[in-house]
Amino acid sequence: MMDFIMANAPALLIAVPMLGAFALPLVGRLGDTPRNGWILAVTLITAIIAALLAWTVLTGGPVLYTFGAASSSDAIPADSGGIPIRIIFTVDAMSAFMALFAAFVGFITCLYSVASERLSSGKDGYYALMLLLLVGILGMVTTGDLFNFFVFLEINSLAGAALVAYRIDKGVSVEAALKYGFLSTLAGLMVLYAIGLLYGQYDSLNMAVIASRMSYTMLDKVALALLIAGLALKAGAVPLHFWTPDAYSMAPAAVTAFLVVASQAGLYGLFRVLFSVYGLTLNYVTVGWAVIILGVLSMVVGVTMAIPQKDVKRLMAYHAVSQSGYMLLGVGVGLVVLGDAAAMDAFGRTAMEGGIFHIVNHAMYKGLLFLTAGAIFLQTGTRNLNKMGGLGHSMKWTMLFFIIGALAIAGIPPFNGFASKLMIYESVFAFSPVIAVIAMVVSILTLASFVKVFHAIFMGPQQPKYADVIEVPRPMLVAMGALALLTILMGIFPEQIVSTVIAPAANALIDQSAYVATVFGGV
Amino acid sequence: MIENVPYFCAGILVIIGLVVIVTKKDMIKMVMGLALVEAGVNLLLVATGFISGGVAPIFTNAPSTAMVMPTVQAMTLTNIVIGIATTALLLSFVMVISKKYGTRDVTEMRRLKE
Amino acid sequence: MNMSNLVRSGANIMMPFILVYGFYIVVHGHLTPGGGFQGGAVIATAVVLLMVAYSRADVFASIPKNVLKNSETAGLLLFIGTALLALTAGIAFFGNWLLGAGSLFGTPVAFGINPGDINTGGIIPILNIAVGIEVLGAMGILLLVMLGGMKGDAE
Repeated sequence: MMDFIMANAPALLIAVPMLGAFALPLVGRLGDTPRNGWILAVTLITAIIAALLAWTVLTGGPVLYTFGAASSSDAIPADSGGIPIRIIFTVDAMSAFMALFAAFVGFITCLYSVASERLSSGKDGYYALMLLLLVGILGMVTTGDLFNFFVFLEINSLAGAALVAYRIDKGVSVEAALKYGFLSTLAGLMVLYAIGLLYGQYDSLNMAVIASRMSYTMLDKVALALLIAGLALKAGAVPLHFWTPDAYSMAPAAVTAFLVVASQAGLYGLFRVLFSVYGLTLNYVTVGWAVIILGVLSMVVGVTMAIPQKDVKRLMAYHAVSQSGYMLLGVGVGLVVLGDAAAMDAFGRTAMEGGIFHIVNHAMYKGLLFLTAGAIFLQTGTRNLNKMGGLGHSMKWTMLFFIIGALAIAGIPPFNGFASKLMIYESVFAFSPVIAVIAMVVSILTLASFVKVFHAIFMGPQQPKYADVIEVPRPMLVAMGALALLTILMGIFPEQIVSTVIAPAANALIDQSAYVATVFGGV
Repeated sequence: MIENVPYFCAGILVIIGLVVIVTKKDMIKMVMGLALVEAGVNLLLVATGFISGGVAPIFTNAPSTAMVMPTVQAMTLTNIVIGIATTALLLSFVMVISKKYGTRDVTEMRRLKE
Repeated sequence: MNMSNLVRSGANIMMPFILVYGFYIVVHGHLTPGGGFQGGAVIATAVVLLMVAYSRADVFASIPKNVLKNSETAGLLLFIGTALLALTAGIAFFGNWLLGAGSLFGTPVAFGINPGDINTGGIIPILNIAVGIEVLGAMGILLLVMLGGMKGDAE
């Protein structure tokens, strides 16, 4: 049994949540308890498979999975003329790392939903879409085929947009969903156009094959621009961030926490295209600076837009834009020095590790913050900061989790945000002191903003209109607690996590030839 | 030159679609613009697989004549399916919005900003 | 509102032909242009024909939404189940475990250019049928919801 799962882990990673989603209408007929059990079992099994896959990859190198072949390692059939013709999943350390925490956040958000959505109608559709969103994210991060990547991107966008509209709420959330769905589809079409251009030139959809044949012609530059624009839009980077505050603030809290991961899958796609498909053929200094500028703009614009917001989830959404700037900045610095081995060893590698570490940290603490905001909304019925106050008396656990999340996002030790931000500051300072100073100022502004939010929500005397507010149900507390625990643990043991998980992921991005060899080398 | 016409058409369709999306204020027309962009992308995909004088790739054991590329056709079909799902989802959003707001005009939708 | 008698009779006569044509496209998906999605879409157009000819209440009464929903679920489960069975046969996910097995859809393909035998293709026809069932359900629901102008809950 164990061998079976290990051998087919990449396929099961997609198949299990898909099966879970498709069978949901049948299971949902049995009632609420079986449905909750089913959804938790499916997401937990997916997370376990992702963990097993990550373990395999970290110990034994990249895993290849060929769909539809007689043997899953048979990437290049004998009669195919030396090119892979089937859809191939190429799971290297970066993919495994993304899949692992995406599956984990999927489990946590479903656990949270069990309690937070217990009174809503249409739960079959809700959970089916959650699982499909999980499928979309996992597929995007594990696939090695460009067109397959597009298909999963569209699954991701459609499920995400439908989930944003889940609570129709006088049409406002549908408006946000329309915006999100429209722009994601446009982003998807840009990506597809680029894929068409690449396919027309290189006769293959496999990323490794395209990488090995890449000659960086004019058409490739057009394709690159389209890919960057489309994936940056999906990742919510400034100046393509305008859907983020609407979609994040209108979706149910659990969905928002998961949408953060969905955007990061777009970020993963961007990094994968830049490093693994284009790699050294790229005009990497120019493109790297473009990524850095995107990152710095996201950081600054995000945080300045966040400060005046009155809606707590909208405020957090702008902070999410701001934080994704750090990831772009860290990886962008790595891209600028891609061809310079000395600079790469001096600071480029650390910058990339910091950027990648920040992805998982962000998913943890931002997920936690969105979940606490959802808990407050569930109990008080408002997201307006001016109408809240004094909730610290009745919602002590939520307050504790909020403090952990807020300190982590502001980069205060010993939480995980500090660990990754420190890596980014140090390495970026060696690269360009000005940008490092900007990053630190943004961090301070983030702290100031969250102190204000904390004061507005929890401090002050208990208000009479919230006298009967009680703590949220236990599954929600467990979900938030798990994220809070990880936020602290990853802040206390950053070296161990960086050396075991993050460094291989960064190396997998930097070493393009290893990615190509995974497919061509034959296993 | 004549064989490049599909690529130009694809580009023109995409541009028309983008112009429609940017200039029209009715949401249904904006979704139609998106469908035009999609049609342009589909045309580009099909055009890349075309070989002059090639035959349809329906063989049980392929003889060695020139065939048009089936992969891009599969891709186009997949994109058509995805496009139908997207258009249906977006149009149902427009339906709900016009029911709740009483308008389909994007410039009159300001509820999110309040 | 009901259309005239002529339109309704016309719809009644057309109905079986549309259904048969749709199922033909589904079943012959591995031999001729078409396949599960296209055939399913053709079948779903039968719903449109009914919507044109008959009143909304009549259509809702004759096509229960639950049937369409169930067929959607059944199609999806058949699809993923067929793909998963490949794993138990010891080959990769979506592997063609019926190919050349001799039974249903398992006849080996004849050599050379030939019109094709419907009994070939392994799991491909089965996947086509699964997709056909799924698409007719999903598109049917979609058309019912949209043309009926009902409250569109996000499908």
